[in-house]
Amino acid sequence: MMENDTLYDKVWRSHSVHERDDGMTLLYIDRHLVHEVTSPQAFEGLRIAGRAPWRRDSILATADHNVPTTDRSQGIEDPISRRQVETLDENCRDFSITQFPMLDVRQGIVHVIGPEQGASLPGMTIVCGDSHTSTHGALGALAFGIGTSEVEHVLATQCLLLKKSKNMQIRVDGRLPPGVTSKDIILAVIGRLGTAGATGYTAEYAGAAIRALSVEGRMTMCNMSIEAGARAGMIAVDDTTLEYVAGRPFAPQGTMWDQALAYWQTLKSDAGAKFDAVVQLDAGDLKPQVTWGTSPEMVTDVDGVVPQDDSVDHRNALQYMGLQPGTPIEAIEIDKVFIGSCTNSRIEDLREAAGLIQDRSVADNVKLAMVVPGSGLVKRQAEEEGLDRIFKSAGFEWREPGCSMCLGMNADQLEPGERCASTSNRNFEGRQGKGGRTHLVSPVMAVGAALHGHFVDVRKWMP
Amino acid sequence: MRPFTRLETTMMPLDRSNVDTDAIIPQQYLKSVKRTGFGKYLFDNWRYLDPGTLDMDPGQRRTDPDFVLNQDAFAGAEVLLVRENFGCGSSREHAVWSLLDHGFRAVIASSFADIFCSNSYKNGLLPITLQAEEVNELFEQVAQDPAFSCVLDLEKQVVRGINGRVFSFEISAFHKHCLLNGFDEIDLTLQHEDKIRAYESQMKQAFPWLFP
Ligand code: SF4
Repeated sequence: MMENDTLYDKVWRSHSVHERDDGMTLLYIDRHLVHEVTSPQAFEGLRIAGRAPWRRDSILATADHNVPTTDRSQGIEDPISRRQVETLDENCRDFSITQFPMLDVRQGIVHVIGPEQGASLPGMTIVCGDSHTSTHGALGALAFGIGTSEVEHVLATQCLLLKKSKNMQIRVDGRLPPGVTSKDIILAVIGRLGTAGATGYTAEYAGAAIRALSVEGRMTMCNMSIEAGARAGMIAVDDTTLEYVAGRPFAPQGTMWDQALAYWQTLKSDAGAKFDAVVQLDAGDLKPQVTWGTSPEMVTDVDGVVPQDDSVDHRNALQYMGLQPGTPIEAIEIDKVFIGSCTNSRIEDLREAAGLIQDRSVADNVKLAMVVPGSGLVKRQAEEEGLDRIFKSAGFEWREPGCSMCLGMNADQLEPGERCASTSNRNFEGRQGKGGRTHLVSPVMAVGAALHGHFVDVRKWMP
Repeated sequence: MRPFTRLETTMMPLDRSNVDTDAIIPQQYLKSVKRTGFGKYLFDNWRYLDPGTLDMDPGQRRTDPDFVLNQDAFAGAEVLLVRENFGCGSSREHAVWSLLDHGFRAVIASSFADIFCSNSYKNGLLPITLQAEEVNELFEQVAQDPAFSCVLDLEKQVVRGINGRVFSFEISAFHKHCLLNGFDEIDLTLQHEDKIRAYESQMKQAFPWLFP
């Protein structure tokens, strides 16, 4: 019995089908999540080779990237988007794969619905043709994004050939101050590590501040692991995890639950576990974070200024963002606000965001402030709690679930030069529309910016 | 997959770090359900001055003459030269498809993002990681003589530059083997079909909740 394994080591080992002499492992995949953008070419490959999916019951599909967030009853207007969503429908029908289609209340962003349905469980290996699959690691699963060839490989063989990553521990001790959220922790971690700082590692988030987070908050952290270069992020199983999973539609029930529980409780790094790298932060030192550039590592405190640096990348970023070094973050005015994406569109995010509004309204200079729930079920829950009314009466638009302006594959996009406070995960050039300028923030920071028309330090405004 | 052995070619220098896959191919082109035809949208936001969509003819769009891809000196280059952390961000394999479709067969960088790297191997695009100083030297060589040809030799794992400069690179034995032979990984994996089945029956006992 070895007692110096990390959580990652444990889940990896239990899924190893075969180890090759050249260091590659054939790893078994328990759950395969599928969406419309990265799957059509994989299904086409399967057909050309005359193969069938190895295990249909491991697959769950939904359309999220292309779907409109306005009235859907008439279908998708853009013919190219429509074709892609219809292709997913056809593939799921032809190969008998479970899908939550656009008009199903369970439809939503794939990384929201997996955990919500209990389709993503502790100890599983989970893949999806999407880099933010790391999200599901919040449940103590090994979850990572794959390319389309790998989607086809998993469809055909239920396995992937991989080289094991190194282990990194990201320890966050202390307590988060009011107004500072898990989004701020992960942005600060990325600021510290850089966008390639965790390349080649699986990151495990640990420490008192992580234990204190809800599963939703943990998902926000694991979600952005890839923004620090880590293909997967994980968090040990604890009571918070188990309470979250219990009773969900795809989760085990009865004696099967008891059996699973006994195993899941072992899903944490051993006391003597060895990490190849350790990063430490104190949550108590953190302030709300705002990105100012075109890479998530270009981030600073809300009470800071746009930094000065003579490197080419820095100058390119500031030119694209239309910002001058030395400008206080709070002086940056915004045109649009987007609350949504697989990072921050869960019920807890919407509750926190709505909680800050308190009868105030979206500022006049803000052309559009939109809230896009992560799934139909999140939307329904929020409506039952009256959150939609709070948003709408403050002047926010309340939309149908999907990826939306996180990447602007549907009609929700920034115009060139428009500046957006966004709760999503990528501020790359053109991410939200050609020429659009993205500032990544937490949901409460996005609401603060919406109400004031520029970034504000929400710590001063917390109810 | 087309095997990769040895290549003699000019290089296209793109002097940037952290080039993300959104920059390699923007979101609107991911709506295609095909694997081909992405070359004309490679680096779309940088090479064209006006926005485009899948149903527009790129020939009608204004190009930016300052962007390297639009400069005659680098037409026909089969190697892309970039700085660190190339291919970060989204997992979209369309990034690799667009590089290949444009005519690139290899990318030289001082580091790559993980998913981009594995996508490259699966499509026969060779990602070559060199030391930052070596990459810098290649940038200087191209700046001096854009027409200079380098040689990429996968068997020997070297890049030959000007004046007898030779840079060696690492690659896993597995990926080298697959690239040299143009192997399909699915076929390789299915050789272990019995092992996968054996693993499944073992897991049905140990973790029955994973097999409802
Ligand atoms: S919400 Fe954004 S990051 Fe998440 S899956 Fe959709 S497009 Fe990707």
